[in-house]
Formats: sequence, C-alpha cells, structure tokens
Amino acid sequence: MNFQEILEKVEKYRIQYNNTLKDKIIEGMHQQIDEILQDTIEYKQSNDILTKIENYIDYFITSRIGGIFVLISLLSLILWITITGANYISEFLSNIFASIEVFLRNSSNLLRIPPTISSFLIDGIYKSLSMVVSVMLPPMAIFFPLFTFLEDLGLLPRIALNMDKLFKMVGAHGNQALTMMVGFGCNAAGVISTRIIKSPKERLIAIITNNFMPCNGRWPLLIMISTLFLAPLISESLNPFLGSLIAALALVASVIIGLFFTLIVSLGISKSLKSIPSFYILEIPPYRKPNLLRIIYTSIIDRTVFVLMRAIYMAIPAGAFVWFLNYFNLSTPIINFLTPFGKMFGLDGVIILSYIIALPANELVIPSLLMLYTNAKNFIDIEEFKSIYQILSTYGNWDWKIALSVMLFSILHNPCTTTILTIYKETKSIKWTAIATLLPLSIAFTVLFILNNLILKHL
Amino acid sequence: MDCQNCKIIKNIKNFTKIDYTIALVGNPNVGKSTLFNFLTGMNVKVGNWPGKTVTKIEGFFEFKVNQEKFVFKIIDLPGVYSIFSFTPEEEITRNFLFLGSYNIAIIILDATNLEKSLVLAFQVFEVTNKVILALNLVDEAKRKGIIIDVEKLQEKLKVPIIPIIAQTGYNVDNLIYKALSIIKGEIKVNPNKYTPPPELEKIIQDIQKEITEYYPEIKNHPFLRWIILRILEGDKIIIEMIKNKNLKTVEEKIKNKPILPIL
Repeated sequence: MNFQEILEKVEKYRIQYNNTLKDKIIEGMHQQIDEILQDTIEYKQSNDILTKIENYIDYFITSRIGGIFVLISLLSLILWITITGANYISEFLSNIFASIEVFLRNSSNLLRIPPTISSFLIDGIYKSLSMVVSVMLPPMAIFFPLFTFLEDLGLLPRIALNMDKLFKMVGAHGNQALTMMVGFGCNAAGVISTRIIKSPKERLIAIITNNFMPCNGRWPLLIMISTLFLAPLISESLNPFLGSLIAALALVASVIIGLFFTLIVSLGISKSLKSIPSFYILEIPPYRKPNLLRIIYTSIIDRTVFVLMRAIYMAIPAGAFVWFLNYFNLSTPIINFLTPFGKMFGLDGVIILSYIIALPANELVIPSLLMLYTNAKNFIDIEEFKSIYQILSTYGNWDWKIALSVMLFSILHNPCTTTILTIYKETKSIKWTAIATLLPLSIAFTVLFILNNLILKHL
Repeated sequence: MDCQNCKIIKNIKNFTKIDYTIALVGNPNVGKSTLFNFLTGMNVKVGNWPGKTVTKIEGFFEFKVNQEKFVFKIIDLPGVYSIFSFTPEEEITRNFLFLGSYNIAIIILDATNLEKSLVLAFQVFEVTNKVILALNLVDEAKRKGIIIDVEKLQEKLKVPIIPIIAQTGYNVDNLIYKALSIIKGEIKVNPNKYTPPPELEKIIQDIQKEITEYYPEIKNHPFLRWIILRILEGDKIIIEMIKNKNLKTVEEKIKNKPILPIL
C-alpha cells in the first residue's frame, strides 16, 4: 500500500466517524483522567473566609453589568487620582525647571556664549527636554504603579473575560481586551502582546486596532486637554478635586470612543477576511497578594523610566529640529501652508506640523506645539511662560472646540513609527502595515471633518 | 527519601560544561516561570524559537548532592493546554518534547486545577518517558478545600509526583533530586499511557499495520502509537514526516513558515 492509499484509508475512517475521530480521541483521554481523579481527589467545602469572599467578588465582577460598572469606575478612579496628583508634581517640576532656566540664561550671559548658540541650547534643547519631563513624568509616575497594582491583583484578566462576549460579537478574540490594556502603556508593546492571540485573523484585528487605545505618549496630552479645556466647560468652580473628576470622566469617554472604533474596525476586518473562528480558553488566574516591591520596580523602572528615556532621546533631536525651523523662519511658511488643510478638520497648521514632527513618538506633540506657538526664536520672557493654558489659548487661539478636535485626533490618528515598524515585524506584510497606518488616519480625518463641519460649526 | 545534603545554586556564571538539560512543561499560569526563576535566579538567556515569534527562555543552575555537583540547563517551554499543535506554542512544545534533546521533562501540575493539568501531562507521557511531575500550588489547593492523595495519584500515573510551592521554593530541591535519580536511571519511569476506547483501538491497529509496512524502520519507535493517533487526527506535520520516512526533515521546513500564513 503506498502512502496515498494509507491516507485515503484514514480518510475513510474519519468519514465513518463523521469527522469526530479527533473528538473521540480527546474524549477518551478525558474519561481516563476522570477515572484517575475520582478516587485521588476530594473537594471539601472550604471554610476559608478568603475563598468565600473571592467567590463573591468573582461572581460580581464577571457578571455583565457588574463587570462594566467595575471597569468604568476603576478606570475613572485611577485617572482621577492620576490627574489630581499629577497637577501638584507637575507644578513642582515646572518651578524647578524654570529656576534652572534662569540659572542657565544667567550663566550663558556671564560666560559670553553667543546668543545663537545659547538660544539653541536653551530654547531648543533644554526647553523641549524640560517640557517632556514635566508634562510626562508626573502622570506616568502615578498611573503606572496604579495600573500595575491592578494587573498584579489579577483583576485585569477578569475584566478581559467580561469583554469576551463583546469582542466575539465583532469577530475578535477575547484576549484582545488584554492586548488593548497593554496598549495603554505602549502601542508597540500592545502589538507584540497580540502574540497571545493564536488565530491569524483575530490576531491581525488586534494588531490593527491596538492604536485606538491611547498609549502613554498620548495620555499626557489627553490629560492636559481634558484638565485645561474640557473640565472648565462643565464646572468653572475652582474646586480642583471636582475639576479633575470631570477631567477623568472626559478621559474615560475618550477611551470609550477608542473602544467604539476598535469594535467597528474589528467587525469590518472580520467580515472582509474569511477564516475559521478559533477555539480558545480564557483563564482566570487566582487573586494574588500584590507584591509592592515588584509593582514599584515594574512600574517605575520598566515603564516610567523606560518611556521617559525614550521621550527624552526623541525630544532632543525634535527640539533641535523645531528650533532650526523657527530660527531660519521656516516654521511660519510651513504652518501657513498647512493651516487651510488643518482648518478643514478643526485643527490648525501648528497642530498638523506638530503631529508630523511627532511621527517617531507621540510624546513630542506637546513640546512641538508649545515651541511652534511661542516661536522660540523670539525670546519670550520666562514670566510669560506662566502656563501651558496661556500659550495654547493666546498664541494658538485654542478653545474647547479645537481642544476636542485635537483630543479626538490624538485617539484616532496613525500609530507612531515605532509601532508601525513593530506591526511590520509582526505581520511581515507591507499591505497590512499600510492599512494599519492609513486606516486610523483616514478615520481620524473623517471623524473630525464630520464633527467640525456638521456639528461644532453650529454650536 | 528526602534529600538532606542537597543544594540549589542559582546565578552560576562560570561553568565549563552542562551535565543535564531539563525541559519545563505546563499550562499557562501554573507557576512555570516562577519555578524557572526560583531555580535560575537572574541568569537567563532570552531568545526566539527558530522561525517563530515565540520567546525561548533558557537558564542554568547548579545542583549539589553531597560532594557531587551538576550543572543543569533548563528550558522554559511555552505554556500550553495541549500539544495537538494548533498554535505555534503547541507546535514548539510538541516538537521539542518529541524530537529535542533533553534529559528530563518536568511537568508542572496545578493542584487547584488538576484535570486540566493532567490533560497536558497525559499527552506528554505519549511522546516521552523522561518525565517527572511537580504538583504546584499545593498550599492554594489546601486553602480551597481540595485534597489530593499524592501517593495514590502517583501509583495510578506511574510517574513520581513531588508536591512543591514554586513561589517559596518549598520542596524544589527534592524535585531536582528525584529528577536526577530518574536521569541517572536509578528510578525507572514508565508512565501510564492513554488507552483509547475499544472501537478506536481497532482503527489504530489497522493503520499501524499499514504504516509499519510502508515505513518499516518506525516499527520499534517507542512512540509509534502516538504517531498513529496524530495521523488519525490529520496532523499535517506528522503526516509529512511519515511520508518522507524521516522524522526530522520537516523540522527544517517548518522553521521558515511565515508567521501569519493567511495573509
């Protein structure tokens, strides 16, 4: 009998068993294990109070309404603590940086350093550096430990379990919820984490949609906008706690918008690609006592410092680049050229240029915005640098409409180049990398176009 | 039989040769990495499995018994629920256990979820006899009111079981000591194999006859039955191996498979 004939014989058996041969084999194995376990294992009613509490909590969290309630309130709580706390640290850091700046200017005057060079070093490099640190460090230093704490507690997988049905409805994988949470930290990391999704189609969906979750490079901008421009809309009151609560809710809303587009795009891709849905097990790990040392280590060293260093490395060349643009009077013509395009979408030329400069890292949007608005070549008195709010509202004419547009653009626009490269590495496909880059960008422009021309215009 | 003069030395740097290799197998989240970290300390080599986006983690440790010293290499195989080879992880774990070179596979069982752990263990028993079972999370199970008769379970599975707590390292030295005895051949292990239902058995016999006629060299292969089962299931990789009458050649081919084949 040759090999082909053997295979045909196997096939015949398979047909004889209605293609359930494989199930039969697995079934037999489970039976055998059940028999073994029957007289080797015994389940007693546990009197352990912790076990009982765990069961109650699990019952609540994994129920549909309870789960969503817990998810939203936890996210709001974390963001609220982050915003409230970050304000203080941010203020503290800006003060320090401002005094260092005075010191630097004075010493460069004393040392008779040519004004061009000192302006390049101070207005170009030092300013972008200090802005990146004072805007990014405080929220990260609070958000990451809190997030890692939840991770360590074993709560996040339970939330993923809850989202499972939602994701299944749009043809995605339940584990996508987990990869999206990794995306909160960094989209490139989120893309890599999609490796936990085994079936190619669902994995592709998770890769392409990961960008809709704001990464930490975008969090500071989102936090800034919701604190400075959106919270005052509802409450002009000076109570900082109420203000940050509203800002936190605005952030949660932006995450929900991201989730909304994630689901829509997932559905679109899943409908346009044919493949068998995959079988998988979503598992709930036991609750663990969070290890404080490990939380501090992973959140501060692994995440905060890592991300901050990356931002700093990126900020130096970008700061220098913007300074050159400003110094050689190049920024104004470019901005003027981009302005009509930006206006179509409720943005302006500076915002568009900032996003182009920030292609390598979203962290660069804020420093680029501020430097381009203030046009650092014209020396601006430190006193005028009172607040980011003043720069944006006086130099950039920002109001809540522009702020809202920037916020939406930030959530929906294309991934940064690091993420794009990672997507290419993971998919090995130029086509899908291009789709993953251009699809969010076109969604961002479409949404902003509709929002600004149909809704905001009439308000 | 407890080992009195055993010592695990982590973070070893200067060693000239590796005495034995351990493969670590288990479901995700059963404490595989915890045990791995306990044994190796920070001395870890991280890479990728050839042609795959799956992380390969290796580490080293030294084990001292009385005056003797042994250097162990330990490979942390990807966490899987089965080795039917649906996913890259399962394929890697399966190919390594079936064809890779190692002296013993430590299968980690989750005492709080024994059934799921045993499903994997049974599948591993089919591709290798070089096994030992580590029953992890025994403390957690006790807290939850799960009582396991380790002696009896050991008898039924015909594989040594060592209860451990990977988090604290409890009893891990005894696990390695026992593993060493198995490696040295002082303890013979012949795991309880899967016995299919009678109707299946007939089919297996039939196909086995045909296959051994086609490829006579495979007749004495210790895991022939497992190969036949995979052929019945339609496992493409195994079918290809048998067709080429070579159990290794396919290895080379699958290394270069694209990561997302449908695209």
